[in-house]
Amino acid sequence: MVAFQGDVSEHVHAMERALGSEGSVVAVRSMGTVPDCDGIVLPGGESTTISRHLARTGVGDEIQVAARSGVPIMATCAGLIVISKEIVEETRFEPLRLLNVRVMRNAFGSQRESFEADLKVEGFDSPYRAVFIRAPAIVGWHDDVDILARIEDMAVAVRQENLMGLAFHPELTGDLRFHEIFLDMI
Amino acid sequence: MQLEELRFGTELLKRGFAKMQKGGVIMDVTTSEQAVIAEEAGAVAVMALQAVPADIRKMGGVARMADPKIIMEIIDSVTIPVMAKVRIGHYAEAQILEAIGVDMIDESEVLTPADEFHVEKVKFTVPFVCGARNLGEALRRIKEGAAMIRTKGEAGTGDVREAVRHMRLIGGTIRSLKGMNDDELMKVAREIEADYELVLECRDMQRLPVVNFAAGGIATPADASLMMQMGADGVFVGSGIFKPQNPELMATAIVEAVNNYDNPEKLVEISTGLGDPMKGIDAGTLKEGEILQTRGW
Repeated sequence: MVAFQGDVSEHVHAMERALGSEGSVVAVRSMGTVPDCDGIVLPGGESTTISRHLARTGVGDEIQVAARSGVPIMATCAGLIVISKEIVEETRFEPLRLLNVRVMRNAFGSQRESFEADLKVEGFDSPYRAVFIRAPAIVGWHDDVDILARIEDMAVAVRQENLMGLAFHPELTGDLRFHEIFLDMI
Repeated sequence: MQLEELRFGTELLKRGFAKMQKGGVIMDVTTSEQAVIAEEAGAVAVMALQAVPADIRKMGGVARMADPKIIMEIIDSVTIPVMAKVRIGHYAEAQILEAIGVDMIDESEVLTPADEFHVEKVKFTVPFVCGARNLGEALRRIKEGAAMIRTKGEAGTGDVREAVRHMRLIGGTIRSLKGMNDDELMKVAREIEADYELVLECRDMQRLPVVNFAAGGIATPADASLMMQMGADGVFVGSGIFKPQNPELMATAIVEAVNNYDNPEKLVEISTGLGDPMKGIDAGTLKEGEILQTRGW
């Protein structure tokens, strides 16, 4: 669990519930831990802040190496921005360029426009209540990216081999279906 | 997906927004240039103000919501969330901030109070953060709809003592609820003038049910570390960023300190060579009319 900033404890709690007794969650705030992990979660928070910490500490490089060697990654909201290949109109920081998508920050507006919605998700037999908080959205993608859910013409849940990117917060609702997909990838 | 199926302004969205700020530093700024410096340093959000608390103290007079022009300029200059302050009870100022599109409203004792009652925050789509000195005050604000609490401390002093005292008081009271039965909790709820259900929630969670930042007097990386060690989810730094000799250095150092709050070796590095912090005022020497924390109830 990348634990520099954001709703880390909610993510840890949700992942521990999904794992049961089959594994443990460790917090990553410096180099040396990522190479030993079987899966990596990038939580929600402020993408600019998290990116700065990833760059300053070298953990960002470790994640790139792990992702390229096939370690599964689940990235939510700010995390999605951080692992994207390209960010619309962003010059303040460099993303990790792992997920072949073009992402727009605050795609729906400010906090006033944050919303909850019942999403239709590819492969789920009932709607998924998703929480979008100053959420990004995917406005462009490469052929190797599978779209799992959309809002209008934008993608909000995607998968590309070992990478899962979600524009919303599966850690805030108690519905662990995305966590289960992620754990199946490990 | 049709847009009318979306739900806005729910408690989950408001409290969720506050959760995304955890582990971060929220900085007071008065210009778009300062906002950019704060964002560069790694702030999770900025608080747009007409003047920082230390200057509000000096200027005297009535302190009000900032000019919308300043707030809009700041919103346009950064991608991180922008917050702004309203006077206690001034719901018209709050409506204006919501219409501008700020991400969070701070109903703040730093501004001159407009009413003895606080804004009914559940009515708004935008989330609120409110100050508190003790558990009763924090839970009254949460009951009114606050999605986040900041311990008040004593703003604009650069003296961390009051922030420490308030954090200790809230944490201590929550710890004392442990093991209490329902009757005893009811008695506590009456004594501290707080909602019983919320007191119950604090006993069970052993923390406030919303995100709790420290504020009011944080001026150095060590101050930030201290508040994080005491259980704060993050810190607000007001005058402590742009009053020191070198704001860029201080801003980055405080962000780093929040992230490494439990690592003294790293804090040595972070605290070294920052230049003079803000001069500050010993909070113990303030006269009655100069104390901000007693505003509100």
